[in-house]
Amino acid sequence: MTAYTPRQWRRYTLRTILYVALIVMTLIFLLPIYLVVITSVKNPADIKLATAWLPPTQIYWESFQEVLVVFGPRLRNSVALVIGATAISSILGSINGYVLSKWRIPGEKILFPLMLFGMFIPYQAILIPLFDFMRSIGLYGGIPGLILIHVVYGLPITTLIFRNFYVDIPDEMLEAAAIDGADFFSIYTNVVFPLSIPGFVVVIIWQFTQIWNEFLFGVTMTANDSQPITVGLAQLAGGEAVKWNLPMAGAIVAALPPLLIYIILGRYFIRGLLAGSVKG
Amino acid sequence: MRSQRDRTIAFLMLLPSLALLGLFVYGFIMQAIGTSMSDWGTNPAQPPLAINVVKSFVGFENYHNIMTDLLEFSFRNSLINTFFFTVFFVAGCLGVGLFLALLLDQNVMGEGLFRTIFLFPMALSFVVTGTIWRWMLQPGGGINTLPTAIGLPPITFGWINSREVAFGFEWADVPRILTVVGVAILSILALRFALSGRRRALMVVGGIAALLIVLFVAGFWNLIWLPLDTPEAEASIAPKGFNLALIGVIIAAVWQMSGYTMAMFIAGIRGVSEELREASRVDGCNELQMYRYIILPQLTPIFLSAMIILGHISLKIFDLVFAMAGPDNAQTVVPGLLVYTEGFRENSFAKASAIAVIMLFGVAIIIVPYLWSQFREASRADR
Amino acid sequence: MKSRLLLVVLVIALLSVFGVVSAQDEAPSGELEIFSWWAGDEGPALEALIAVYAAQYPDVEVINATVTGGSGVNARAVLKTRMLGGTPPASFQVHAGQELTGTWVIADRMEPLTDLFVAQGWNEAFPAQLIEQISYEGDVYSVPVNIHRSNVMWSNPAKLEEWGIAAPATWDEFLVACPTLQAAGVTPLVVGEAWTVNHLWESVALGVLGADGWAGIWSGETAADGPEMLAVWDKFSEILACSNVGVDSAGLSWQQAIDKVIAGEAAFNIMGDWAAGYMVTTLELEPGVGFGFNASPDTAGTFMWLSDSFGLPVGSPNPVATVAWLELLGSVEGQNAFNPLKGSIPARIDAVSAEPDLYNTYLQAAAADWASNDLAGSLAHGVAANERFMGDFNQVIEIYLASGSSAAASAAFKAVCATSGACG
Repeated sequence: MTAYTPRQWRRYTLRTILYVALIVMTLIFLLPIYLVVITSVKNPADIKLATAWLPPTQIYWESFQEVLVVFGPRLRNSVALVIGATAISSILGSINGYVLSKWRIPGEKILFPLMLFGMFIPYQAILIPLFDFMRSIGLYGGIPGLILIHVVYGLPITTLIFRNFYVDIPDEMLEAAAIDGADFFSIYTNVVFPLSIPGFVVVIIWQFTQIWNEFLFGVTMTANDSQPITVGLAQLAGGEAVKWNLPMAGAIVAALPPLLIYIILGRYFIRGLLAGSVKG
Repeated sequence: MRSQRDRTIAFLMLLPSLALLGLFVYGFIMQAIGTSMSDWGTNPAQPPLAINVVKSFVGFENYHNIMTDLLEFSFRNSLINTFFFTVFFVAGCLGVGLFLALLLDQNVMGEGLFRTIFLFPMALSFVVTGTIWRWMLQPGGGINTLPTAIGLPPITFGWINSREVAFGFEWADVPRILTVVGVAILSILALRFALSGRRRALMVVGGIAALLIVLFVAGFWNLIWLPLDTPEAEASIAPKGFNLALIGVIIAAVWQMSGYTMAMFIAGIRGVSEELREASRVDGCNELQMYRYIILPQLTPIFLSAMIILGHISLKIFDLVFAMAGPDNAQTVVPGLLVYTEGFRENSFAKASAIAVIMLFGVAIIIVPYLWSQFREASRADR
Repeated sequence: MKSRLLLVVLVIALLSVFGVVSAQDEAPSGELEIFSWWAGDEGPALEALIAVYAAQYPDVEVINATVTGGSGVNARAVLKTRMLGGTPPASFQVHAGQELTGTWVIADRMEPLTDLFVAQGWNEAFPAQLIEQISYEGDVYSVPVNIHRSNVMWSNPAKLEEWGIAAPATWDEFLVACPTLQAAGVTPLVVGEAWTVNHLWESVALGVLGADGWAGIWSGETAADGPEMLAVWDKFSEILACSNVGVDSAGLSWQQAIDKVIAGEAAFNIMGDWAAGYMVTTLELEPGVGFGFNASPDTAGTFMWLSDSFGLPVGSPNPVATVAWLELLGSVEGQNAFNPLKGSIPARIDAVSAEPDLYNTYLQAAAADWASNDLAGSLAHGVAANERFMGDFNQVIEIYLASGSSAAASAAFKAVCATSGACG
């Protein structure tokens, strides 16, 4: 039997340490999830600080039933909201990014930072003027109004991501198309858009998560029947005596759609970030 | 190629976004500034929620009030908390993200699975994260009792309850500290520029450093960093420093966002082509040196991008703190929380707007130089 | 012939139009949006009330617009945004007292209900002190549905017996028992997160000042920085020394504090009587057996109250249906449909005696006290002072906890009185 060389020993040791480190980090990351999962299937009376880490003695599935009752219509609202807002803000972001990276616009050096600054405002500060405005244009209280709000406040980040992404597309490709007679729109549809898929993935993942989990606008800008799922989650944790199994079960249900997106699109996410969206 | 017609179309396509942002951001900010200069909600004689509210112009009185009045110590503490939270949150996410990215760069089995696990916390809302970690960090349970599982004594740190303060300092010293730190950083930059012969950059940096010193000595900062009404009382009631209660919030936030930074770093590391790595190995670099001298420098743009995104989250943070510590925990108060409670719980809309405007101002101080440098770089590249 | 037929048809048509119109004047119809922050365990109580209303007025579509979270902070944010924007709900839940008066009544946003009170005979059905304490300039603006008591002390009788301690009737008795309990490793008084400290403070203040002294704070007769108030802060300091404040209190919800009492880790807890609801419904304990209740020390004979109530906003989209809702809320039937499920007592003094079996032992005892005791409005729950004061009061408590100085707390209290205009 061949003896292992020192170099091979070193390699195996390092690999082992690597996997140990990964497993430790996994445990740390999953610890809170473990707590959420076991609490969601515990009987409310058994949920105490002292026994928090212990798994339930019997599985209490009623939590999920109650959750789905509260979430039912709100799930629909959230889905409509997220799909609408993500689609519109990513398309607009793509076009904006295209314009800002490939076309000389007067004052673009000022305009882009001004657009970006909008990402940073605290939404509580503009809540009341926003409400007045939404009411005056008749869009207060429904999903279309909420879509408008999320589209507008999503424009800075989507524009940023797409602009950085498109900067990497060689100008020669656009020049070639232009020589062939393409105009603004056909350059976009024939050259830029087909290359944009990784950028769209990054934007979709980001916007989906942000809009799906957003609470402040969801609670203040909607009427009762158009509330999104985050408001439903708050309902579960409301009241004087919180039965913790409900908000935990609700958290699991509410987190499933974004999680699915990550699982399905995760590979493309890295590719999208790789393709230049991460440029400073 | 770029016909005038096409350029006009390009501008017109951008216009709707500009118009929308102009209204929804700048229009509303203008309104917030206007409100911050009124007495809406701060005047006991005028009911703030009346149908025809009587608001009077009071200039900078609200700003003066929140910077000096003893009862407004929450606001001043919130500024300090935001500073420390941002520093540790960004550093934490960058550190953990980079660490995970480096681990996953080693061709491990099940990389996709690990990546999804580390990315998963992002799928949760801040409210959920806050609620979970609040439970975990309770003094009598959760994390503190974990060591007992392996026979060690339980942890006795109070987490969110803690009233300990590290790195204490006086509020009035802040301009001096910032000036010293600023001049120190600029001096280091100046040295680098001098050594690399970039005379113009050297002069710019030197000029800024000189300006900072002059501003400080002339007492300019006292116009903004107003002296407190009762400094001794403030120092004993609300000592300034790094509130250790923030540690719990920082951990929760890093847990949530480091997956995203990790993904950015993975992408950046993958962006270093295989040929480059091979070439460096051929030249005799071992793995460690390759990382340090080849890959890490390539990641600089990612560091910057991540800092922007993380910074904007941390400056606005509200949901997480609200869910974890509630609105009344003085050690973890942040401006985003105050805007909400001052506005909607106490009906002091003018004060809430003033706090929001100061938050924006703070953001502007950081963002504007960054964007300016970005576009100087872009213009230089264009030439 | 034809023209006469036409005339008859016309007359019939006109009559039926008038008939319909006058019928609409009387019977509520349309939508009724009830805005509240009740959810979770409190949801069923509201739903029961809505069910009774729907049975009485089938033409009205009741919308249960609950906004939970943050014990009403979110609901208030939404409500204020809507009111400022001119789209009020038909009726909204609000704590009776200064939370309503100091926010909405002085802003001329609520319709007075004095005539309704007279017509419904409520001036006799509700305690006189209650009507007095929720009136503003002679008019009443909301209908109290339920009453919760703030000054209650909870304990575990079995454990008290084990330790050889009786529930203290005065704070001095408590302070005497304190070292014994601490020696046994038990927290004498368990406190939870920030607002529960405020809640404790008002029981202590009521105990030291008495009902009249307490009312004097809000009318200006009791000086905010006078010797009586300093005595309150001093007493508070002694009591807090026997508690877990600052050790692990900030992370404890009020339920977790009660859990500690039941588990025997703490001896006493001062909390509102929603704690009874928690212990009876969730922990399935029997009042008096599984848990004990007394008036907070030094406050026997005074009922510190808070009340959820509904009013009629100016510009309410459906005043007819809303008034019908208010009438139901103030009736024996309505209050007995709501309160047993909510775990509170009716504001009417005649409701419990009408159907005593609906109420458990604790609630019956509380109702008896309600009918006979002096009344004092709670500060922590919106009766005694307006929202501005309540918010700034958190700063006062924080100053006190950080400095330990009664003088500093008094001075801060006085400053907050001035900025909010809440102290007379």
